[in-house]
Amino acid sequence: MAGAKNHAYHILPPDIAPIMGAFAGGVMAVGGIMWMHSAAYGGAVFFLGVALVIATMFLWWGKVLTEAHAGDHTPVVQLHLRYGMVLFIASEVMFFVGWFWAFFDFSLFPRPLIYDAVSRTVSLATDAAAANAVWPPKGLEVIDAFRFPLLNTLILLLSGTTLTWSHHALIHNQRGGALKGLWGLIGVGEHDSVKKGLWLTIVLGLIFSSIQAYEYSEAPFPFKGINYTSAFFMATGFHGFHVIIGTIFLIVNLVRVYRGDFTPRQHFGFEAAAWYWHFVDVVWLFLFAAIYVWGGWGAPVHAG
Amino acid sequence: MTDTALHPSAFEAHGDHGHGHAHHDADHKPAFFARWFMSTNHKDIGTLYLLFAICAGIIGGGISGLMRAELSQPGIQYLNYWAAWLPGGEQGLDHSLHLWNVLITAHGLIMVFFMVMPAMIGGFGNWFVPIMIGAPDMAFPRMNNISFWLLIPSFTLLLASPFFGGAGTGWTVYAPLSTYGEPGPSVDMAILSLHLAGASSILGAINFITTIFNMRAPGMTLHKMPLFVWSVLVTAFLLLLSLPVLAAAITMLLTDRNFGTTFFDPAGGGDPILYQHLFWFFGHPEVYIMILPGFGIVSHVISTFSKKPIFGYLGMAYAMVAIGVVGFVVWAHHMFTTGLSVNTKMYFTAATMVIAVPTGIKIFSWIATMWGGSLTFKTPMLWAIGFIFMFTVGGVTGVVLANGGIDDYMQDSYYVVAHFHYVLSLGAVFSLFAGFYYWFPKMSGRMYNEALGQVHFYIFFIGVNMLFFPMHFLGLQNMQRRVPDYTDALQYWNHFATIGYMVMAFSMIFFFVNIIWSLFAGKPAGDSPWGEGATTLEWTLSSPPPYHQFETLPVIDGGDGHH
Repeated sequence: MAGAKNHAYHILPPDIAPIMGAFAGGVMAVGGIMWMHSAAYGGAVFFLGVALVIATMFLWWGKVLTEAHAGDHTPVVQLHLRYGMVLFIASEVMFFVGWFWAFFDFSLFPRPLIYDAVSRTVSLATDAAAANAVWPPKGLEVIDAFRFPLLNTLILLLSGTTLTWSHHALIHNQRGGALKGLWGLIGVGEHDSVKKGLWLTIVLGLIFSSIQAYEYSEAPFPFKGINYTSAFFMATGFHGFHVIIGTIFLIVNLVRVYRGDFTPRQHFGFEAAAWYWHFVDVVWLFLFAAIYVWGGWGAPVHAG
Repeated sequence: MTDTALHPSAFEAHGDHGHGHAHHDADHKPAFFARWFMSTNHKDIGTLYLLFAICAGIIGGGISGLMRAELSQPGIQYLNYWAAWLPGGEQGLDHSLHLWNVLITAHGLIMVFFMVMPAMIGGFGNWFVPIMIGAPDMAFPRMNNISFWLLIPSFTLLLASPFFGGAGTGWTVYAPLSTYGEPGPSVDMAILSLHLAGASSILGAINFITTIFNMRAPGMTLHKMPLFVWSVLVTAFLLLLSLPVLAAAITMLLTDRNFGTTFFDPAGGGDPILYQHLFWFFGHPEVYIMILPGFGIVSHVISTFSKKPIFGYLGMAYAMVAIGVVGFVVWAHHMFTTGLSVNTKMYFTAATMVIAVPTGIKIFSWIATMWGGSLTFKTPMLWAIGFIFMFTVGGVTGVVLANGGIDDYMQDSYYVVAHFHYVLSLGAVFSLFAGFYYWFPKMSGRMYNEALGQVHFYIFFIGVNMLFFPMHFLGLQNMQRRVPDYTDALQYWNHFATIGYMVMAFSMIFFFVNIIWSLFAGKPAGDSPWGEGATTLEWTLSSPPPYHQFETLPVIDGGDGHH
């Protein structure tokens, strides 16, 4: 648009993606409400909204990639992107503050709840036991923090190191090499630490999500009706959702590595995904320490 | 040294900017649809925000007219008739009272999320933050546009909710009324509306912070930045850090309502007070989000029409930072009657009172700016002075209410209603009008009519004071908010307040006539209609500014030698 611009900022032409994304979000919201109230076609409208949101992402971020390759992302514009990503992560941190707040409200000021393992419900103690409220609710078995959750902690920490390995390899341009062995089958050269590290990170992320899904399916308590389980499932669930988003973000970057998008000097998409992944990792450390270890301390542990 | 931030000669725009005829390329505008529906231009998006806020203000203000009509007499006058139009539920007193709750909820949410915030941040922030820092646009022009357009589905959801029974939870959406008190889809619609509006604001906040930190023109250091930019910067941080907590809170409402969690249900060990904590952790910063940009606008107007740089520039900037920081640790003063311990109440009382200090710095610095100045009482200046008076009244009643012991008697009375309307309807809204009249010539290229503008101010001023001042008396006589009926003894001042509403509404005729008349027939404004007092960069550009300003960035000189 600009005639003779003498600055390094990126002035954009008009674009349909924002309004499309906004209305896609609206369709998703309306569909979600319809679905929750069992209206006809509620789920369909919701997934239409989701599809439109995803289409918007392809359209929008596809253009961003094109513009990056066209050289529109000058150093100052890359700095915009860094600010933007850091601030976005800051807002995500505050979102998790809300869920931790609920958890600490319940755990530091426990109500005199008694859990009945048969009906999988809680009742409020009305007798003298009320004065001895405990956390988690009396009779509720918790997940053993030092089995799958500890394993998941190690998996996420390891994934952080593989990702850093990949990032350093990208900066030092340790790429290419002959296609040998199993790595060669998926197009990874023997010296290509960028792809190796990224592949390993993604696989570790998928293992984490799988273990988390298994843990949910085997959880010794229900989703509904209890403060402990509400806080547990919503906090860990939103974390898991963020792990999935982060994994997708990494997969997109892996595709871009295969396409040769990144240079040692310009690879902000990769860095943003790495920041996001480390953020998700840190949230997990707090979840593990607060909810699994401290929050289940002294409670009977589910055997299994 | 820093006083030169608003000094005219501190800015030296290089190149030929400020002369529209030199901008053939920069002034090339896209066709209608591309320009207004696919915009990536901060000024066009700002205009869209302002138009949206005016529409929302008419709707939200109309709803308060319905409420004042009902409250003009004791007993129920009109609610039963209106309730016949509200679907869901049997006709009867309960249904009518529910309609009342729907009206107060809609009024609050519309005015907060769809009038004040879009106008302050989306409207004036978008228009003038990039220009004031010497930037050609916002950092993320596309994201800027989705911030605006997300408001459309959001507002649509909120406006549609009465047709599904209506959300009567109040703007605070407190549990348990919002969890198992109203099972229909309306409350879910209100929650999703807030989610979309929240996403819009978070994206906007990221955009503003990035723009302000990273797109300042050469020489525009933080300590030379105009105060409006400072105010938007602080506001953006408040949005960024408080809105996600609200998002978590209303997501808990959503899962409690629809998926069986018990965050706020004591039967499952949940805690309704938890919702209030989460809400007010957002809600208190939110009230500063609504007023801080107003502080910025008023600083510019006072300085311009006093022909003096703002008094105590750095103190003014850091007072806003202090208000923003302390604003995060005072939230439970909204919850004094929920059974907080005495020690907790003492802390929140003391912390709240601390905010009066930076606020006082601002009030006195505005007065000191006018002191010895060469004052001209143009319409924006009238609104700004009105702001200082009325906001001080609201601030003083705020100090009264900050006392936990006193608030035990005042909580949920009309005294509280009077207090927050003095800081918002007479504070934030006055600053919006000040900004609108101040920048209307810049945005439209035409002068408004000064006589109509002044008539608007005086009648509006009389009207809103008739409307809200008696609410102090009513509150002290124990009239409860959110109740459409009251004892006969309170009739006089309620009737008086309703007349005040009509006076206020009458004054708005002058506003709309003025805008429409001026847009078509106003005198050309020229680059800088306010003369030498107006020193920020927008006044170096043509009116309206070129479609893309600052294609050669302005260079801000060191500012030395201006003492």
